[in-house]
Amino acid sequence: MNEAPESQPAETVPHDDHTAEHVAAHVRKYVMVGVTLLTFTAITVALSYVNFGTMKANIAVALLVATFKAGLVAAIFMHLSAEKRLIYRILIFTGFFVLGLFWLIYLAWYNPIVR
Amino acid sequence: MLFGGLFSAYIFLRLDASPGDWPHGLLNVPVGTMNTAILIASSVTVVLAWAALKMRQFAKYKVYMGITILCGVIFLVVKLAYEWPQKFDHFGAFIKEDALEKYEPYLGNKHLLEKGLPPRKEITGHLHNKEALNHPNVKEYEIALDPVNADPTNPVNDRPHFFYVPPTKKIATIEKADVKYANMFIPRHSAYFASYFTITGLHGLHVLGGVLVFVYFWLPIGANMYKQNPEHLANRVEVAGLFWHFVDLIWIFVFPLFYLL
Repeated sequence: MNEAPESQPAETVPHDDHTAEHVAAHVRKYVMVGVTLLTFTAITVALSYVNFGTMKANIAVALLVATFKAGLVAAIFMHLSAEKRLIYRILIFTGFFVLGLFWLIYLAWYNPIVR
Repeated sequence: MLFGGLFSAYIFLRLDASPGDWPHGLLNVPVGTMNTAILIASSVTVVLAWAALKMRQFAKYKVYMGITILCGVIFLVVKLAYEWPQKFDHFGAFIKEDALEKYEPYLGNKHLLEKGLPPRKEITGHLHNKEALNHPNVKEYEIALDPVNADPTNPVNDRPHFFYVPPTKKIATIEKADVKYANMFIPRHSAYFASYFTITGLHGLHVLGGVLVFVYFWLPIGANMYKQNPEHLANRVEVAGLFWHFVDLIWIFVFPLFYLL
């Protein structure tokens, strides 16, 4: 069919550290991260059936695990751990506004002016 | 930011819900867990597909990308052909505050109060007389009760079950006059289902978008691009993969918030 040849003549040189040898070394890591994520999914489910006293405590635990998992996805799968500083600056900006949004929602609910 | 807005709406609705108004255990946890695993697996395979391109192993790329597409399709099929229709077929009636006492045999609120658990205000199950939904002359709902309402004082029903248990054979008759609000499990049933369907629906659209792009790269178009410049295809797959991981990332939060808590 449209099977392309396995080996290629020299084409564009990869512009970053994502060379073939580099990538090959990372494949194992990607699989391990996947297994870790699956394990933590099972842990999240199990923990939700443990009574931590209040619903709030259970929510906090579940969100902590979820944040850890999301961090793994962002850092490894999305290559964030190998990113330049500029990307981080933009990300901090975004994170700040998302958290700010949640905080505004909390304020609207808590209503410190009337209380 | 789009999902951030929706999640903040979720936070607002949930904080504002009085005890007992935010339902628990209405979704199928094993199915949700399976879908989570499928999405995580697809995130791994898309990275592996990209890595295969980087190592110039086109045959491997085709396999990994094929698995990714398959995972995305399974996720959507489970959601649209199984989970959602099952909800649309389920019924719940919120009882008026002054009628809660009357339906105590189905709610078990004294038992819950003793245990310090939030009260139950809703009776759920399979609606036998569907015409009751929009026919004003039908004065009552006939429901085959869910286990939690069939045996509300049984401690096993204090908390949501892991496995889905279908409605029992026990039938309850609920007068419409005692009901604050009743409907099938559709978005207008409650703030919970409204946010559930909005967020999972939008997430599903993102999954669909990702699958379409991956199919495009998987078809001969991708092979042609690879022949001309493999690095070109690798970079495209990497960028589409970034989007896919983000979709996975959103689901990592959606799953516990709606299915487990």
